[in-house]
Amino acid sequence: MLVVAPARALIRLVPVLVVLLITGRSDDPIRLWISVGITALVVLAGVVRWRTTQYRITPERVELHSGWVRRQRRSVPRDRIRTVDLTATPLHRLFRLNVVVVRAAGTGTEHRHGGLELDAVGAAEGDSLRAELLDRVEVAPPRVGGDAPVAPHLPAPSLASDPSDTAATPDGSAPPDGSAQTAAVGPPGPGAATGTVGTGAPAAREPVARRSAPSTVELARLHWSWVRFAPLTFSALAGVGAIAAAAFNLLNELGLSPRRIGVEAAAERLARTPLWAAIGLVGAVLLLVAVVGSVVLFVERWWGYRLTRESQDGARWGRLQVRRGLLTTRSLSVAEDRIRGVAVHEPLLLRAGRGAQARVLSTGLGRDAQGGALQPPAPRAEAHRVAAAALARLHPDVRPDPTRTPLTRHPPAATRRRFTRALVPAGLLLVATVVAGEVWPALGWLWPVALFLVPLAALLALDRARALGHALSPVYLVSRLGGLSRRTVALQRSGVIGWRVRQSPFQRRAGVVTLEAVTAAGQGGYPVLDIAPGTAVALIDKVSPGLTSSGVPLEEPSEI
Amino acid sequence: MQTGSPVPTALPLRPPAHRVDPRAVGWWRLRGLAGAAAVALPQLVVVIVLGGPSWLVGTLIATVVAGLAYAAVVPRILFRIHRWEITDEAVYTLSGWLVREWRIAPISRVQTVDTEHGPLQQLLGLASVTVTTASARGPVTIRGLATADAAELARQLTETTQAAHGDAT
Repeated sequence: MLVVAPARALIRLVPVLVVLLITGRSDDPIRLWISVGITALVVLAGVVRWRTTQYRITPERVELHSGWVRRQRRSVPRDRIRTVDLTATPLHRLFRLNVVVVRAAGTGTEHRHGGLELDAVGAAEGDSLRAELLDRVEVAPPRVGGDAPVAPHLPAPSLASDPSDTAATPDGSAPPDGSAQTAAVGPPGPGAATGTVGTGAPAAREPVARRSAPSTVELARLHWSWVRFAPLTFSALAGVGAIAAAAFNLLNELGLSPRRIGVEAAAERLARTPLWAAIGLVGAVLLLVAVVGSVVLFVERWWGYRLTRESQDGARWGRLQVRRGLLTTRSLSVAEDRIRGVAVHEPLLLRAGRGAQARVLSTGLGRDAQGGALQPPAPRAEAHRVAAAALARLHPDVRPDPTRTPLTRHPPAATRRRFTRALVPAGLLLVATVVAGEVWPALGWLWPVALFLVPLAALLALDRARALGHALSPVYLVSRLGGLSRRTVALQRSGVIGWRVRQSPFQRRAGVVTLEAVTAAGQGGYPVLDIAPGTAVALIDKVSPGLTSSGVPLEEPSEI
Repeated sequence: MQTGSPVPTALPLRPPAHRVDPRAVGWWRLRGLAGAAAVALPQLVVVIVLGGPSWLVGTLIATVVAGLAYAAVVPRILFRIHRWEITDEAVYTLSGWLVREWRIAPISRVQTVDTEHGPLQQLLGLASVTVTTASARGPVTIRGLATADAAELARQLTETTQAAHGDAT
């Protein structure tokens, strides 16, 4: 960390320096001085942060103390840790560092960001931290949080070896209370050892024998043919925007005006060509940029993708591990006993290309879109296979794959509601545009567009209606919904920790309700749209039998 | 909630046993009026100070009428609908006016029990009890309980949930 933050600031300074070198003078000296000043401040802040940030791992908690002016103490109980995420940007990798993000189960309202970010610890330390925090050994030894200076010439730690996984410091530098030991976060560069742990790695390694190497099973790896799905994802489009913005920024920093590199001349020439040709050309260029950009992003994100299951001998549960990334390497670990289900996402475009993506629902994974992605966009069959493989250890004898369970269709009212919900707004829009066209003739071109939207809305409604379905397998509650972003969710019945049933006035007239299974994982709740009230109660009754037998008696039993 | 019809349009579950405190009607009424006032006052100020356009007078009157109508009618409906029950197995509530919502949280999954007194609630001697589970979507709130009832309920729930083991996820 001591190195990374200032280095980042220095990199930001590079374009200015380049301009200085090229032109021999800066046309904006103030900007240069501001940059230098900011960099000095950042370096200073980095030093202060490094000096004041400490973490320690006790048998019960992981604690992070930070801040100089505003001191912060955050701690996470170890038994609540759900996932450990290792990320390394190219800069971090240069110094063999990792950002370790420890995520804990939040109680929803209380700890919105229930987790800690350790930026940055040594690569080996990160791996051993992960192993230690996720594999809950019955009696965890008091751990030495520190660091472990990885000698620069040591080979990168593999998953199988944890050189710094010491049970205790042999040199007796543990604090008097013997419970824990603190160390500065971030292996300092050479010569700046924290002094809390002896650097004699071999001696320290001796007591480790109690933890054997984990056994690793590979569940999936990258196939380069999947690159064809890259342009079909929305995040790819967003990424293209980011690239364009970055390129523009760079040009700006270099002091190059778009005019000087001929953009204006090109625009003029374009303006002289016929309209259809211009539109076609611009469209083709945009498409090309989108495709190339999304492929580049795909490669950066998913290079070296591997999904593995690792488990210690004798431990009942292992952990799923997703490793990926070309420049920025990412590695997500999910404790297997924290998995509550899987989801297969099929956004419209990806579905059109017969692709899908499997995600894991685990307590402690955030609600953000990428949360829990187990694989890159992949062929549909592969997505279902990975989803099933992720759950295989939890429920070995479930057939068929949970996300491919045949689903019960929803009542006709559900289909009708999809159509009314899509067509009524489209119709209102059409009426509004027709009226607007009558009143202001200048807006006369609007209503044909609105008219064009009506059949689109109908198609979308049909698609959404066909998606609806639910099923109850012996282990899972499976539900599917959505058109633009379709998803099939298989939620463990034991992972359901509550129920919400909603009924709007329209649903009351149609005689349906929306049942939401509340869970600690993923988005927190997964709805089953528009089912008959009796079906909803029967589902609740079957998934949580205790509730309706003694708690909330049924008035009239019904069949699913 | 009418039941017994061949095709039940509401949930075929027995509604929770207890009503909220009758003073909750007053609380909902005050809240409705306060909300209407928050919308009406800026309009009033504009009309008086700046002599606003005539349509603003119209919206102002509409706001006041809607607020009064809401305060007169809706709180009673809310009182009729809102119900709660704590059994050995679950916390069970029914709430809502236009959109009805049934919430069930198994006792074994309850993590925290909070009691809350807003300023209006304090005025009327009311309290809300919120029962949280491990899910962000899971909290179950019982609003408009008498203060003493709420305290007793929270105590009872805390006792019950302490007996449960595990981290309830």
